Amino acid sequence: MIRFEDVTITYSGATRPALSNVNLRLDEGELVLVVGRTGSGKTTLLRAMNGLVPHFTGGTLSGRILVDGRDTATHPPRELADLVGVVPQDPSSGFVADTVEEELAYGMECLGLAPEVMRRRVEETLDLLGLNDLRNRPLLSLSAGQQQRVSIGAVLTSHPKVLVLDEPTSALDPGAAEEVLAALQRLVHDLGVTVVLAEHRLERVVQFADRVIFVPGDAQPLVIGTPAEVMRLAPIAPPVVELGRLAGWSPLPLTVRDARRAAGPLRDLLVGHTPPLRAINGGLGSEALVEATDLTVRYGQRPALRSVSLTIRGGEVVALMGRNGAGKSTLLHAIVGLRASAGGSVLTGGKDPRNLRGAELVHAVGLVPQEPGDLLEATTVADECRAADRDAGADHGTTRALLALLAPDVNDTTHPRDLSEGQRLLLALAVILAARPPLLLLDEPTRGLDYPTKARLVEVLRDLARAGHGIMLATHDVELAAEVATRVVVLAEGEIVADGSTADVVVSSPMFAPQVAKVLAPEPWLTVSDVLAAIGPLLLRSHAPTSGDAVG
Amino acid sequence: MTGAHWQVGAGALPRWLHPGAWWAWALGLAAAASRTTNPLLLLLIIAVAAFVVSARKPDAPWARSFGFFLRLGIIVVAVRVLIQVMFGAAIGTTVLLPLPGIALPTWLAGVRLGGDVMLESILMAFYDGLRLATILVCIGAANSLASPSRLLKSVPAALYEVGVSVVVALTFTPQLVIDVTRVRSARHLRGRPTKGVRAIAGAAMPVFEGALDRSVTLAAAMDSRGYGRRGSQSASQRKGSAALLLIGLVAACIGSYGLVAAGSPLLMDAPMLAFGIIACVTAITWSARGSVRTRYRPDPWWMSEWLVAGAGILAAACFLAARWWMPMSLDTAFDPPAWPTLPVLGLIGVAAAITPAFTAPPIPATVVLARTEEPEWQVAR
Repeated sequence: MIRFEDVTITYSGATRPALSNVNLRLDEGELVLVVGRTGSGKTTLLRAMNGLVPHFTGGTLSGRILVDGRDTATHPPRELADLVGVVPQDPSSGFVADTVEEELAYGMECLGLAPEVMRRRVEETLDLLGLNDLRNRPLLSLSAGQQQRVSIGAVLTSHPKVLVLDEPTSALDPGAAEEVLAALQRLVHDLGVTVVLAEHRLERVVQFADRVIFVPGDAQPLVIGTPAEVMRLAPIAPPVVELGRLAGWSPLPLTVRDARRAAGPLRDLLVGHTPPLRAINGGLGSEALVEATDLTVRYGQRPALRSVSLTIRGGEVVALMGRNGAGKSTLLHAIVGLRASAGGSVLTGGKDPRNLRGAELVHAVGLVPQEPGDLLEATTVADECRAADRDAGADHGTTRALLALLAPDVNDTTHPRDLSEGQRLLLALAVILAARPPLLLLDEPTRGLDYPTKARLVEVLRDLARAGHGIMLATHDVELAAEVATRVVVLAEGEIVADGSTADVVVSSPMFAPQVAKVLAPEPWLTVSDVLAAIGPLLLRSHAPTSGDAVG
Repeated sequence: MTGAHWQVGAGALPRWLHPGAWWAWALGLAAAASRTTNPLLLLLIIAVAAFVVSARKPDAPWARSFGFFLRLGIIVVAVRVLIQVMFGAAIGTTVLLPLPGIALPTWLAGVRLGGDVMLESILMAFYDGLRLATILVCIGAANSLASPSRLLKSVPAALYEVGVSVVVALTFTPQLVIDVTRVRSARHLRGRPTKGVRAIAGAAMPVFEGALDRSVTLAAAMDSRGYGRRGSQSASQRKGSAALLLIGLVAACIGSYGLVAAGSPLLMDAPMLAFGIIACVTAITWSARGSVRTRYRPDPWWMSEWLVAGAGILAAACFLAARWWMPMSLDTAFDPPAWPTLPVLGLIGVAAAITPAFTAPPIPATVVLARTEEPEWQVAR
């Protein structure tokens, strides 16, 4: 279906090629997963498949890419639109029409299909992706998961033979991600569509893949193979694979189901051990950093938070979980005073956050928003740090020193927009931390982050909690919550439905349990590192893990 | 099938009326309003527009603009009267409110500032402002009855590119508003001022960068989905037909303006309008022949559309005829003040204009808009 013949792609101005000497053959009806670190060339590989690279982005391409016999060198993306459907990373940025039905029809209108054909295909696609109830809805009114399904449907109506998706589940809650992946499965199985998918959250997708392409970056050769082969060697792996490596299971399990079958001996080994307590050195701070009492927030008539009561003390790391639109962001906004309460009260550092301004606010609470780039206005990293010192009234050089601690590899003269997602997040974090706010809030911090950057963030958050900061993060990432949180709060429809220690809340939940908990249930083990800490030496003696260095 | 074509009013299946029909009706009504200063007729026209809007208005964000246009109309009348009081030439003899005034010297064009407030001059300004307000209300009615995006979908193939740019701009504007509030909230989080010149300057950069990023992504998405695929026509042919269409539209506008506005010779305007229409039709058929694009569920033009558009045109025709045969009936004397009369032709026109409230098909079931209603991040006071 798609053939790469000795392809090398170099962007203009770049010293090294983004991809070099790629030879690749994708067959019909395959689900191929592309993995790799941020900036390794994953997106370049995907975009080369419909000619966006180099027709749209510029750069030079040597070798040949054939899509169903058409050479992308002579066919720009629009002439491949009937063969390859591309779903962009942020679905809402690719919408052209304003309602669901018109968006689904747009691609077919461009291809010039007959009106009867268009009508039939729109109806079929609405059913295939379960969108019929939304057909007349304005696109901007849809939730993130619904938008993602619409944007898949919008390319499907043209009946492409290849579907290319860039991080389709990164913005979605676990439930919505499963819906999208189920829809993709159906396309592969029932319609024989070739699906190429890039994703950082391997734990969600690796079990669906027929083949995995690992892009190591730095123009190194690609590693291509079955998921088990690639996962055995790749430096990035989902927790279930890391657990399998640690325990030396063979064949390496990719799904929770396979791992549970192999986990009998490991569970026996763990008898008598207890997971390390997630308590903080020195216990909790005595005074409440934030205290919400019966807090209610409305958008017009619609309640976004209903009578929420919550207290956070220093040293706690609270993971705020729940569906897209459950009220997580609203709660964070209310705590920093961006939202007025319609009932009840919220006290941040003992004061009403609506009255806090300027330095008083930044010294009480810091919020890193969903788009960390929003906080950054200067044109270089150094300027940004200086501005942050001024805003916080901190000594000159405070922010720069913090940044050096969080992200040592960031260059002073770089424009904040040119940083990678992870670096930008850490810069925003440094800017917020310059004022040493006792309470730190993060909204979806791991969206688009790869495993190594996520591990770095986990370390940083643990250090901050140890230093006495109270932290609350709204997240869909169950593995992150399992790694770092001492307490989990689950919101649904604006109400708190669960509030307790991480193990108590997530182990029993089918939606929020991390993979390790699912494998080792009913015992409350949450992460590979917990298991390693408890029985690492025992395991190393009884097995010879294939690549133990990849763990920890 | 024929049954559905002919069904009108409440008996018809719910569907969206062709936006062109609503615009034809509203423009006809506006043309009628532009012919008269009779306050009774003008208020009747506003009432008719409001009645039709309340009968056939969908529950969508763009449909809420009618109230805005009504308020705008009130402001227009008030400003017109105020300007007359402050700067207008003195008309009439009935002094309502004696005020001192300054007559500026002749080298300043003899403008008068202040002075006695005369009933006659207030009446004149009121009638004049009311006429302008009525025209605005008619436009507002079209705005809230016809979805702007559906209207753009009906643009002929020759103007397709223009249509797409307008659609994209329309969807970008709300996104830009969201961006601005988001960036202002971020400034609040850093403890910076969210108001004032420096705040705007600081926020401008991230907002523009965001908009630029998004437009690049959108362009890539549109390209990947087949926008701009080659048809059988060459680029120069496409440009030619677009140019012909634009010229035709301009000619038709000038011609119809001349016909509506009194004062220019009929012999010049009629050929202008005819030329414009012929040029447009030629361009549309020419471009339709070579285009690859097809249209998904285009709005049909059935009996209801003829009736709605016809009602507006009939209203305009009645007022034009009245202006021709009995011009005095449409104007209301203000010096000396006289009670306005109700001319028969004007009443017929207004009565015709109210029929769309009954002949247009009912609108489809309302759309749930829960999430759009939610205001974006609001910055604390």
